[in-house]
Amino acid sequence: MRTALALVLACVFLAVGAESQTAAEESARETRERANVRRIYDRVQARQDPRAARKASPYTVTIPNTTVAYEMVPIPAGEFAMGSAVSDPQRKKDEQPQHKVRVDAFWMQAHEVTWDEYRLFMFASQAGDIAHKDESVDGVSRPTRPYVEMSFGMGIDGYPAISMTQHAANKYAEWLSAKTGEFYRLPTEAEWEYACRAGTNTAYYFGDDASKLGDYAWYAANSQGKYEKVKTKKPNAWGLYDMLGNAMEWTLDQYAPYQPGAAVNSLAANPWAKATKPYPHAVRGGGWNDAADMLRCAARVASDPSWKQQDPQLPKSIWYMTDAQWLGFRLVRPAKPPGFAEMYLYWNSGLEHDEQ
Amino acid sequence: MKDEPTNSERRDFLKAAGGAAIATGFPGIIRAQSVTNAIKVGLVGCGGRGSGAAEQALAADDYAELAAVADIDQSQIDQCLRTLKRISKTAARVKVEPAEQFLGLDAYRKVIDSKVDVVLLATPPGFRPYHLAACIAANKHVFCEKPVSTDAPGVRSVMETADKAKQKNLSLVAGFCWRYNNMIQETFEKVESGAIGRLVAYYATYYTSPVKPMPPASARPAGMSDVEWQIRNWYNFVWLCGDSLVEQAIHSVDKIAWAMHDEPPVSCVGVGGRTIRAEGGNIYDHFEVNYLYPNGARAFVANRQMEGCYNENSDYMLGTDGACTIGRGPQPRIEGKTNWTFSGKPYDMYQKEHDLLFASIRKGQPLNDGKRLATSTLLGIMGRMAAYTGQQVTWDQAMNSQEKLFPEGLDWKGSLEVKPRAEPGITKLV
Repeated sequence: MRTALALVLACVFLAVGAESQTAAEESARETRERANVRRIYDRVQARQDPRAARKASPYTVTIPNTTVAYEMVPIPAGEFAMGSAVSDPQRKKDEQPQHKVRVDAFWMQAHEVTWDEYRLFMFASQAGDIAHKDESVDGVSRPTRPYVEMSFGMGIDGYPAISMTQHAANKYAEWLSAKTGEFYRLPTEAEWEYACRAGTNTAYYFGDDASKLGDYAWYAANSQGKYEKVKTKKPNAWGLYDMLGNAMEWTLDQYAPYQPGAAVNSLAANPWAKATKPYPHAVRGGGWNDAADMLRCAARVASDPSWKQQDPQLPKSIWYMTDAQWLGFRLVRPAKPPGFAEMYLYWNSGLEHDEQ
Repeated sequence: MKDEPTNSERRDFLKAAGGAAIATGFPGIIRAQSVTNAIKVGLVGCGGRGSGAAEQALAADDYAELAAVADIDQSQIDQCLRTLKRISKTAARVKVEPAEQFLGLDAYRKVIDSKVDVVLLATPPGFRPYHLAACIAANKHVFCEKPVSTDAPGVRSVMETADKAKQKNLSLVAGFCWRYNNMIQETFEKVESGAIGRLVAYYATYYTSPVKPMPPASARPAGMSDVEWQIRNWYNFVWLCGDSLVEQAIHSVDKIAWAMHDEPPVSCVGVGGRTIRAEGGNIYDHFEVNYLYPNGARAFVANRQMEGCYNENSDYMLGTDGACTIGRGPQPRIEGKTNWTFSGKPYDMYQKEHDLLFASIRKGQPLNDGKRLATSTLLGIMGRMAAYTGQQVTWDQAMNSQEKLFPEGLDWKGSLEVKPRAEPGITKLV
């Protein structure tokens, strides 16, 4: 369902609001979406992955019918201690208690999704989706046309896409899955931290010394008040760039306290705090506007309705976080694609509207 | 936003109940509510912005209730109420019985007559002078969206109405929202205090995508009158929207007025036209206007509404000692002899408008934005006149313009000719 909302900044125009759907409309939308996820699911199942038999190694994907490419980096299955150690003087309450987590293998995008990639999703004509009609690609709902320029003058070519809702990031994952036949989704919070740490257990993935942060990250101390091109700082040990700083990154999870008293030895496998409300969701990595303490691997940020406060309309846009100009995302591709029901859930939390 | 001092002050006051309120000499209507302490709100125009304003009104005061609504379309009313009822903190105070849902061009009068205390005006701006005058005549407090008129006679009417509101101790809060944004307030205070020296030029951009393009004539249902067709596609008709400079880029125009202390310019010249073909409406798709101020300062505003072009919404203030930039990155900044970046947390300006409006009502200390609501609107209209006619337009010419765009005796079923799009050099300054 493509809603008719145009994004506005501090302006008024009437009768262009996003649709607040009736129960019947909502049910029809869900039926269409299930049918489309089924088509994408079948495509993912049918795809013979030439890499599956080989040892996992980095690879590049060129988005079909475009010249835009991104890199995927293999993340091995493993265990790690999630949260901050009691020895970390900068630790915050919501990073406690540190607890052991196991995650399955996946690939992760080496850099944050750039405008070059994301704008293909925003504008169907640029992605070749008009000329090359495809039912499953066409069936994914796309962002409403932005009213203003969403990079706010900070740069487009090679720069991270920003200011999208988690719903928009989920739909991007669905669209990219339909385009490529590979299953993509946002990382869980555990996957994100595991990939960020890349086998380390220090405050930052290069150690505990914040004075070295400038080699690895764009943050308040060196960003000149804006984001920078992706991949212009050193990567972590697994080849992931800008996990800390530049754009903060959406995860799948509801922002929730870690289980109090969770023993370090009680192992959680692939944890995912499934959202039951639109706010808050867990956002990770800190951004270009944050100080060093918020760029620690364990640091957590809770999404907030104020990130949309410049949107004057009700219902507010389900696509844009007008005030979160430091918020982006990257996707993961699990080594083993999920079943149909789970696939649907990854892309459809049902929480896209604020007023719930 | 909820820890703003005005909020807690207001809540305390509210909890102190009606006695204190009566003592401070409210307009009678609030006194009459002292038993339940409810403030009844009426909404005129139930689109996205009207719905947003209603949510903010209900959030501004624990005892505000939405009591009556007006629109031209029941489905829009249904959508508005459905959405408001999904917001848990306000749902219980959406109390609009079917008998209090009014349809049609006179629906605003029925809302006014339905014993509401506050009216939110959020229709297309052509109607605003009439709606505002009726509200103040009936002793209602008003939240009034921008712009407030599409022509100069409407602006003059609003100035009279604003004076009446003042005499009657009624609050009139305007939707020029940046004036209620702490981030922009602080930026203007810096400029005002001399951080960039003397302001010599203000350049504002409002390059965006189109707002509500005109549908093809074939989409018009059989039997739909001219008036209904135009109102349903209001953004494409000058008498209803005022054109993009007056309807959308007016936020930039208002910031220019703010920087110039709300003093009028001497004159302006402008260019504009329509380069992307469109049938059925009569608005331009681009403007660029140059205002001259008495001290020699210049202000430029450029706006465009086209697909596929470079977009930008920014403000650049150039002074003798530096420059101030708003809208390139999230925080305004000043560079030059003084270097400064906004580092606070911006609050929700739309909510602030309503927090202050309702607090003013509770305290019996009316706010009145009416004059600058009128003058900033006229500043936009003046720029449009210069672009439409190709002439230099003085402030006095604009203020005294006899050009009345809003039709007399508007009838929902009536016919209404669309005036041809303006042609510079041919279209006369009236």
